[in-house]
Parts: sequence; C-alpha cells; structure tokens
Amino acid sequence: MALLQIAEPGMSAAPHQHRLAVGIDLGTTNSLVATVRSALAVVLNDENGRSLLPSVVRYRADGVEVGCHAMQAQAMDPQNTIASVKRFMGRGLSDIADAAHLPYRFVDEPGMVQISTVAGVKSPVEVSAEILRVLRQRAEKSLGGELVGAVITVPAYFDDAQRQATKDAARLAGLNVLRLLNEPTAAAVAYGLDNGAEGVYAVFDLGGGTFDISILKLSRGVFEVLATNGDSALGGDDFDHRIYCWILEQAGLSGLNHQDARLLQTHARAAKETLTEHEDAPVTAVLSTGEMVNLTLTTEAFASITKSLVSKTLAPTRKALRDAGLTVEEVKGVVMVGGSTRMPVIQRAVGEFFGQEPLNNLDPDKVVALGAAIQANVLAGNRSEDDWLLLDVIPLSLGLETMGGLVEKVVTRNSTIPVARAQEFTTYKDGQTAMSIHVVQGERELVSDCRSLAKFELRGIPPMVAGAARIRVTFQVDADGLLSVTAREQSTGVESSVTVKPSYGLSDEQITQMLQASQEYARDDMLARALQEARVEGGRLIEAVEAALQEDGHLLNEGEGGKIAAKIEELRVAIAGDDHRRVTQAVEILNHATESFAARRMDASVNKALAGHKLEELES
Amino acid sequence: MHFDFSKNHFELFGLPSAFHIDMERLDQAYREIQTLVHPDKFAHLGEQEKRLSMQWATHANEAYQTLKKPLSRARYLLHLQGVDTEEESNTAMPAEFLMAQMEWREAIMEAKEAQDVADMEQLHHRLRSEMREQHQELVRLLDDQADYQGASGLVRKLKFMEKLGEEIDAALELMEA
Repeated sequence: MALLQIAEPGMSAAPHQHRLAVGIDLGTTNSLVATVRSALAVVLNDENGRSLLPSVVRYRADGVEVGCHAMQAQAMDPQNTIASVKRFMGRGLSDIADAAHLPYRFVDEPGMVQISTVAGVKSPVEVSAEILRVLRQRAEKSLGGELVGAVITVPAYFDDAQRQATKDAARLAGLNVLRLLNEPTAAAVAYGLDNGAEGVYAVFDLGGGTFDISILKLSRGVFEVLATNGDSALGGDDFDHRIYCWILEQAGLSGLNHQDARLLQTHARAAKETLTEHEDAPVTAVLSTGEMVNLTLTTEAFASITKSLVSKTLAPTRKALRDAGLTVEEVKGVVMVGGSTRMPVIQRAVGEFFGQEPLNNLDPDKVVALGAAIQANVLAGNRSEDDWLLLDVIPLSLGLETMGGLVEKVVTRNSTIPVARAQEFTTYKDGQTAMSIHVVQGERELVSDCRSLAKFELRGIPPMVAGAARIRVTFQVDADGLLSVTAREQSTGVESSVTVKPSYGLSDEQITQMLQASQEYARDDMLARALQEARVEGGRLIEAVEAALQEDGHLLNEGEGGKIAAKIEELRVAIAGDDHRRVTQAVEILNHATESFAARRMDASVNKALAGHKLEELES
Repeated sequence: MHFDFSKNHFELFGLPSAFHIDMERLDQAYREIQTLVHPDKFAHLGEQEKRLSMQWATHANEAYQTLKKPLSRARYLLHLQGVDTEEESNTAMPAEFLMAQMEWREAIMEAKEAQDVADMEQLHHRLRSEMREQHQELVRLLDDQADYQGASGLVRKLKFMEKLGEEIDAALELMEA
C-alpha cells in the first residue's frame, strides 16, 4: 500500500541489500545476540557453539576477559571479576543494598557507583560495554559485515537513569542503537508472531536480577502494552542469596573470605538449579580453611526460605492488572520469560495467581533476544511481509519538585510513549530571575522517596513581581523511554530554554573520549570508521530524499526542488572525498534543506490515510 | 514547525465531535495513524524524520488519550465550545453531592482502618459504576441538549469522583504492599 512507502522512502526503488541488524538481550546473568536470517530469528552462537555469554567481566592488568573465562576466575579473582553488573547500572552506592557483602571495591561517585579494578576505576557503563562489544564482534563475524544497528533490551521497569546508562554502554561498544526495547515486549513479539495470539496476555519476566510484569493487548498486528510493573532489584540472584544465607546458617559459618564466599555462592546457585528437576539438592564443599560443608536442601526448605521473594513478584502483578483495568479472568495467557521462571516455586505461584497453566513453549532464556532481533530487522528498514506496531509505555511517573519537597507528577506511569506533557510554574519572589528545576521519577509523594534524575537552573527570567512569570516546563519521553526536559519563560515573549539529559547520562564528548581510550581502536581506525559511517549515512539520505522527490515532487515549493538538488550534489562530492566532517556537515545541510518538505510529506500521508478512512465510511 | 495541527482531535481520527463516540473506530483510526507516524517506522532514517515522527506520534497519543477517557473527552468538547470547566476555581457543589462525598470518604476510611481489601475493592467497583451512570448523563447534556453549563458542572463532579477513585487505588496499593 502506497502509504507504507511514505514511511519507508528508500523502499520503493530497487530491492535492497539486507541490512545487518541484531537484537541483544543484555542480561544480569547471561547475555545473547540474535538476528533474522532468511526470515527466521536465530540466536548467534560463539565459536564453541554456545549461545549464552555469561555477563561476567574480568579486568586484568593487561586486558579484559568476558564470559566463561571470566566466570571461571570468579572465585580466584573476585575483586576484579564483575558479575551481575546490570544491577549497578544507573545506581548510586546507596542504592545497592548488599554492597557490603560483595567483593568489589566500590567507589562512591555522584550519579553512578564505580568499581576500582586492577585496570583502573570502571563504571558499570564501561563494564556493560565490554559485554556488548563481545556480542557485537560475535555478530559481525557470524554475519560477515558491519551492523547497521542493534535493538538492546532493558527491563520494562528500568527507570530513566538505567535506560540512559544502557544506551551509553551500547554506544560505547560501537553499536548504533535502533531502539531500547522492553524485555517483556520483546518476548511478546516473539511469542505473539509465533502463535498468532490475540487477546490480553501477561508476560511474567523473572531474570537474574530484575523482575517485570507487563499486560499486553494483542490484536491484528498491534502489540499494545496496557500496563507494566516490576522490581528492578529482584531476580534469581536473590534466590541464590537466600540459599547462601541458609548454608551459612545451617553450617554455622561466618566471617568467610572472598574466595570461600564466592565458592558457596556458586554452590547455592547450583542447588537452586538442581531443584528445578529434583526433590533435593546436595550442597558439598571444602573451604580454604579445610572446613567441610555437607548439606541437603529440600524443595520444602527452599520454598519456605524464598516465600517472601515469590510474593514480591505477585504484588506488582496485581498492581499492573489494576492499572490495566483488568481482572485475572480477562487474561488469556501468561507467557513465562527469564531463566528464573524455571523454578517450580515460581511456576506454581504464577499458575495459582492467574488460575491457569503458564505458557512455557518458548525457551525463557532466548525469547527476549529473538523478539529483539525480529524488531531490529524491521527497524533497520528490512522489508517485512506483515507489518506490526508496538505501543509501549513508561513504567514510572515523571515529575518535578515543588514547594515543601513534594512531587508534582507531569507524566503518569503507563502513559503510551512517545509522550509529551507541559506544566506551568511561576516565580514566588519579586524580581526573581532564576528558577531551579528538579526532575524526579517515581510514584511517591515526597521528592526524597523518588529517584532524582536531573537538576538544572533556568536563568534570565526578566524581573517581575512574584507570580507574574510563566515558566512552562515540558517533558518529552521518546520511543526509547528516555526523557528530555525543556523550560521556557513565556509571559514576556522572552524565551530562554534549556534541554537536559538526566545527570546519570554520559555526554557525547565523554563517550568519544572513552571510545578513543579503549584499546580496540587506534586513531586511524577511528577516522576510517567515522568516514565509513558518515558515507553510509550520507548515501542513505540521498537515496531517501530522491525517493521522496520522485514520489511527492508535487509537494515541493517553488525553487525548493532546485535547492535540494544542489545540496544532494554537494553531499555526493563530500562522500567522494575523505573528510568525515565534511560529509556530516553536508548531511546536516541537506537535512535542513528538506525540513519543511519532509514535514509536508508527513502531513500529506496522514491526511491521505484519513481521506481513505472517510471513503470507507461512505462505502459502508 | 510545519504541522497540520489545525485539526481538532475528533477530526484527526475522522470522528464526529460528540461525547458519545464509537470506541472501536477511535481505536482503529488511532492505530492507523500510529502505523504511519510511529518512530519505529523511521528508526532507519535521518534525524529529521525521527524528530518529525516523534512529534506526530506524541500528538496522536495525546489526542487518543484525551478522547479515550470520558472525563477528558467531555472537558475537551467543552473547551472546543469555549466553555471553561473551572475545575480549579469553582468549588461550589450542591449540598446533596457534598454529603455523598463525605459518606464515600468515611467508607474509605473505615475500609482503610479495617485493612479490608475485599471491602475496598467493593468500593472501587461501586464508584466505577456510579461514574458510568454519570457518563450517560453527559451524553444527554452534551449531545442531546447542548447544555454546556450543566455538563461543566457534571465534569466538576466527576473530577471529585476521580479523585476518590485515586484514593481507593492508593489505599489498595498500600494494603497489598
């Protein structure tokens, strides 16, 4: 249908080369990369045929190890071997409840905690980037070319700081982020497309360190998230920790060194996994002190020590249903996602809550990566036979601090994204020329109970009597669930505006610096890569603009066509040269020249759709 | 910005400007528009297309949410008629309505103190059904009689009831925590 071609201008010309795109599930415990090959979503394996990459990074004085090797070194080198780094993304030291029990040397930095290693102080963003880099290389090797982009999944309940940190990590790993996609939504895509599902579904996603519950309505190619809830600090790790504490208690141990602690933690996890298939799990270990541990964990004992964790998943589930305005009976199916849903205690609790057997027909470890790959394929511009639409929501309310440390909510949770909301504020003192704006996220009434995302000052307000100034603060949440805030004084026509990125995010300069500092790129490589990227982008833009001109030339204003043609030529010349900055500049100029033409095309396409709609009504 | 935002929300979705609307048609028109303008359709294109698409998709979401919920739809219709619903400034309410409000609040307090989830959920459902009755009244006032002042008063009442609903939901959340 013609309308779709407007949305994908490059598509109407010659058939396209398949654009390489991947979906990455950056998990707490394991990470995966998947792609769509010959119309089929597949997980990409490493050279040893393993699909799961343990999310463990070991720093050494002379390099970095990621995955299995790093995991094996955990007990030997606990301080430099970082596991479950996802739990630290966008978090301060005070957010990490069990920091004292972890072997890492944390550095308390404002915004995000850092970890001191033998290779220097590392931020969780850098650690995650190491994992993503390995997956990128795996994909490029396996697919035989550079990636156009990637969809990175995040827990639906991740707040803005955690999302921003994830996106920064991906950029640091040299990935072009096509979209941050919520994990349960990715799973729903994989499940829904596979099963032709229609109706209301719940996706129950319990991973290694995060829990999400999403309620979705699936209908005729639309995946609409009605509500989401969860706990970004609850997962399989917590179940392991309960077993670990049980071992210490049963064996009467205390004051263990890091190696022994790590050893018993490994045994704790093994015991949990054994209980998936067996009634009892033996726990036998010899500590460095020569002490013997010889215990048996029964299914009953496990159920009783983890009872409160299980119920911590059900409270958000209830909330999500209520936010969706639905009852348990209206849920047609419950899709189980995440390795931790293998636990029989979880299967049973979920089955009882929803009054139906949960659906386990997709591999809970892989379904998120597969869904992300399917979406990445579409976002990269590869034609897909049947088109679908994802309508996702923001998990937590966004607001501003007002007088008395109270929160004024501006965007409420479960709003469909992208969303924008504005709120007006005024000065409270005569002659006040500045206003400080504090952006927070969370559901609680007090600022101190919510997460602080950003603080900035709007200056240059013209002096007026108290209450006369009109400051309009606009929140815009994009399709990645990321927020930007603009403040503008408007009563006098004098506008000063500032757009902020939440303070946990890295600036573009910082990312560039880190990229340069990373050992992967020598300077020449950087330049060559930048040129290559700029050329690809420039080429794509020319292709898109030409297709648009061909299709909608009648929408051009007088003289506009000639101007655009000239700018296309300038870009062609720049692409033929070897200066990436010239190409980027020419891209910007061409973009600018086509700005109002592009806007007219968009309006025309919507109007056309509506006209078609009215025609249908006349006919019916 | 070159935006054809001159259309009101009803026109955007090809619906008649009325309180009673065909929800299925609204859903369908919304999805058709999002299929065209959603950022996922523009992820492989330039910054400019991405920005335009975000603005359009944001606008479509705003319009859809406004029309989907009865209270905001009524408020919006009144706004199109140039009628201010004065929800912040006009707090004069009929005595009878205020009495009913007090009774609601007492019932909520009692359920809260007794920590009675079932009771609270009962209140939740009773309130919803009362609100639905008021929505029927809005059809009469707005669509049949064009009584905008009357509708404006009813919007103010519904706003009160919505706040009650929020209180009930917040109490339920606390009880379950």
